[in-house]
Amino acid sequence: MAQVLVVTSGKGGVGKTTSTAALGAALAQAGQTVVVVDFDVGLRNLDLVMGAERRVVFDLVNVIQGAAKLQQALIRDKRIDTLWLLPASQTRDKDALTANGVARVIAELKQKFDWVICDSPAGIERGATLAMRHADSAVIVTNPEVSSVRDSDRIIGLLDSKTEKAEKGGRVDKHLLISRYDPGRAARGEMLTINDVLEILSIPLLGVVPESEEVLRASNVGSPVTMCNPSSAAARAYCDAVRRLRGENVPMTIPTDKKRFMEKLFGRRAA
Amino acid sequence: MKLFGWMARRGSAPVARDRLKILLAHERTLRGQPDLLALLREEIMAVIGKHVPVEPEKVHVRMDRGQMMSTLAIDIEIPSLASAPA
Repeated sequence: MAQVLVVTSGKGGVGKTTSTAALGAALAQAGQTVVVVDFDVGLRNLDLVMGAERRVVFDLVNVIQGAAKLQQALIRDKRIDTLWLLPASQTRDKDALTANGVARVIAELKQKFDWVICDSPAGIERGATLAMRHADSAVIVTNPEVSSVRDSDRIIGLLDSKTEKAEKGGRVDKHLLISRYDPGRAARGEMLTINDVLEILSIPLLGVVPESEEVLRASNVGSPVTMCNPSSAAARAYCDAVRRLRGENVPMTIPTDKKRFMEKLFGRRAA
Repeated sequence: MKLFGWMARRGSAPVARDRLKILLAHERTLRGQPDLLALLREEIMAVIGKHVPVEPEKVHVRMDRGQMMSTLAIDIEIPSLASAPA
């Protein structure tokens, strides 16, 4: 049975697209058939992060409007053949996505794939609510920072009220993915800790992705971090997250501050 | 002074946590309640509309919340009788 997963956050710039690409790639690397769908109409970027920006011919809006068939718009990844992308369009018409059209496309994708991963735009407008509309589960990407945590709380409220599952009396499974975590700053009391965020949002933790140069490098070259550098801490965090999404019980690895010993030796000001 | 500066910095994450807890406790109580003004506007329009034709964009509902007293101002523009359909 196909799983529809929405990657959402409310706030922009926290790592939704990066996480969608990494989670999608990690699932495909584990042998699942996966499609990642960009819902950020007008500001598409998943194609760029996936390294497929020059291969976009048709997009989600074309399929919804009947100008193209789904098969024509789907782009197969060149590295993993079970990974596909359905890009967003660059139209400025914010009504280009219709509720019925999205429902039809999602239903069709569910026939073909094990996982349908919807990359939500920032905000709580139409694009974001349509991205979460048909979700079975949600990954809420949160940075340990006040505005991101507040917006995540708002999105959790929407997942509990505005999704198809919620309206039928069910529940969307919610998973917290903390990204851009800096263990050193958290240890020094400069950044909210994992426990602070968990206590405030009270949803289960899916993983912690440390602030990492590898993530930027991966997007620079258009390759999800789990493919670009599988041994990096960020890639391992995403791969573990995917195993948890698939129901495995994987011990949580919280990034630790490797510099701490050196800092103790040379004093905090050296940090 | 350096020590104090360092202490203050050390304190910022707990401050963030406490501010968030207070704010979200407040915001969560507001969640789920229907938008009061939209509801009032809709029902007032329905009542007036039974007797006089009103255009939706000519109904303004405004609420000012104060410490001691809140006021609700309703401004409805209705067409003059001359132009009203018979």
